[in-house]
Amino acid sequence: MSTASQESTGESTATNMDLLRFATAGSVDDGKSTLIGRLLLDSKSIFSDQMEAVEATSASKGYDYTDLALLTDGLRSEREQGITIDVAYRYFATPQRKFIIADTPGHVQYTRNMVTGASTSDLGLVLVDARQGLTEQSRRHAVILSLLRVPHLVLAVNKMDLVDFDQATYQRIHDEFTQFATKLNIPDLEVIPISALQGDNVVNRSENMSWYSGPTLMHHLENVHVASDRDLIDARFPVQYVVRPKSDAHHDYRGFGGQVAGGVLKPGDEVVVLPSGMTSTIEGIDLFDKEVPEAFPPMSVTVRLTDDVDVSRGDMIARVNNAPKPSQDIDAMVCWMTTAPLKPRQKLAIKHTTRTGRALVKDIQYRLDVNTLHRDQETKELGVNEIGRVQLRTTVPLLADPYSKNRTTGSFILIDEATGVTVGAGMINSGT
Amino acid sequence: MPETHADYRLSQLDQLEAESIHIFREVAAELEKPVLMFSGGKDSIVMLRLAEKAFYPAKIPFPVLQVDTGYDFPEVLSCRDSWVDRLGVRLIVASVEQAIADGVVVDDGKTSRNRLQIGTLLNAIESEGFTAAFGGGRRDEEKARAKERVYSHRDEFGQWDPKMQRPELWSLYNGRLHEGEHMRIFPISNWTELDIWDYIGREGIEIPSIYYSHQRRVFLRDGMLLSESDFNPTRGGETVEERTVRFRTVGDLTLTGCVESTASTIPEIIAEVAMSTVTERGATRGDDRFSEAAMEDRKKEGYF
Repeated sequence: MSTASQESTGESTATNMDLLRFATAGSVDDGKSTLIGRLLLDSKSIFSDQMEAVEATSASKGYDYTDLALLTDGLRSEREQGITIDVAYRYFATPQRKFIIADTPGHVQYTRNMVTGASTSDLGLVLVDARQGLTEQSRRHAVILSLLRVPHLVLAVNKMDLVDFDQATYQRIHDEFTQFATKLNIPDLEVIPISALQGDNVVNRSENMSWYSGPTLMHHLENVHVASDRDLIDARFPVQYVVRPKSDAHHDYRGFGGQVAGGVLKPGDEVVVLPSGMTSTIEGIDLFDKEVPEAFPPMSVTVRLTDDVDVSRGDMIARVNNAPKPSQDIDAMVCWMTTAPLKPRQKLAIKHTTRTGRALVKDIQYRLDVNTLHRDQETKELGVNEIGRVQLRTTVPLLADPYSKNRTTGSFILIDEATGVTVGAGMINSGT
Repeated sequence: MPETHADYRLSQLDQLEAESIHIFREVAAELEKPVLMFSGGKDSIVMLRLAEKAFYPAKIPFPVLQVDTGYDFPEVLSCRDSWVDRLGVRLIVASVEQAIADGVVVDDGKTSRNRLQIGTLLNAIESEGFTAAFGGGRRDEEKARAKERVYSHRDEFGQWDPKMQRPELWSLYNGRLHEGEHMRIFPISNWTELDIWDYIGREGIEIPSIYYSHQRRVFLRDGMLLSESDFNPTRGGETVEERTVRFRTVGDLTLTGCVESTASTIPEIIAEVAMSTVTERGATRGDDRFSEAAMEDRKKEGYF
């Protein structure tokens, strides 16, 4: 029985710890739930009452071993079907880092969940079964992670115990995947042979694979460098909320609340407010009752300007000589997420940073086959879970950057105006 | 609190804070009539603190709603009043007693106050016309919560349909509603129990005294140490004795157990939480123990 502990010395280290968000992809057969269960268990993040519940369920089902997958299969309908039907978030921490796992189901009809999980992730973890090698599904997962610009990718070659920890099997999968990855945007790739069931190379180094000299999965997760993934050059501050106390103590206070989406903002910076183009200077940056010397992603702050310029929600504060060009013509990759297909001439609501408007589909240029990367230009619509290149015309100018430069100012969602449901996710192409 | 950042790193606690502040501002800007559901527990106190920061120096632009089960710990109510006074926010109390008297919910003597809270809460949301209700739910609490969105859509019956959840991408939240529907908003979804304690310690904020070690007259029922109270008469074979205890969660006092503990400061509590082998709900919440899917069922009905 394991116990939960964070190397406690009476003071938690959480105050200084950093954060890694990662998405996992793979099907039930690849052992994804077992791997997550293993990460939680071996990092001592499982509580005894949770473990007892899982042991009891495993025993009542007549299993020979404790099914770690039960630790994460949350909803009753999933337990009944034995599959994961929605994105689930899991948490664990080691002394170095806190981890948030977006656990996404792998089967074909749930591309939208994978896109959702990947959208906020620093790292993508794709699982393959060493006996099967790369499948259409593992390629699809890599393509989606690459489209979503998840900067780090790990291919975990699982079930090495079932191929006698054979180095040649690992090497074949490694080479095939590395070859495939050259066609994608994957800045950082690691291929790790593991056995989630037995724990080899998950947290503890495997004694069965002395031929492997790379990091264990946990070591890699703890040490992969994510701080440099943000854009600290191009200052982008989407205005979220105008703070006006209208109180005696703060009679003239007028600040602009928002979360820094790019670059570094400092008092004294000359800035431009978009889309109006008015210029001003940053007077001060407040975080609650303190002034801060600078603000950078992903800080939520309140910015005050020296001039009484007209600024409201949906505007963006950027640097005078480095600002996005407002545009109503948007060229983007769109992942479609609802049953009724997306068609040209369709009108939708669009939300981009803090700005909301309407969008008209001018053209669907091609549909991307996420298994082969083939561009299908014949079909002029996108079905559910399909991804394609789409041209939109918006009612309001968007203050956007290419998604490849900034995942916050380069992304948007599409909303069905009748149902209010989020039906599409868009990533803006460069050259819009 | 960020001071200088030569390497532009933000600790995970600062990142969580920034994310939560972003959520509060987004809701206040886009949804017409929000309300913050305040239980007086540590999670809702952290929520209130984050809301305070999001709008400072302006006041929090929405009221605070507490569902009074009638079985609340007095220490919790006094902490609530202290927060509400300091922040100058409007407090709305939705009373389960009143809901029973008005026939909004039925007390059959078998249903827990926690379950009766559901009807009371939904009634309060409907009668005041709130379109968004902030809740202090965390995804690490329970398996059914792990799939909860930050913006959780509720239909006109206040129900949650786990299969019909809207995809939630990047930090682009979708707050569109139809008449009669509302959103539950979970700004501290990504916080863990330990994060909550670290933050309380860092911010030096007031929490109900029952979270700290104290002497209390308690008795053992169903493996839980319950507080002696007029609301909670002992049954045959149960004996009351004084122990040194503290509470890990606060709720209906007839169902919320305490643990034996000498932790009387935040660092001591953090050390205890970090060493704990049992989840806070598993240890001390009678309402989650009835079935493996207990939380999922209550959530579908409209529980926090």
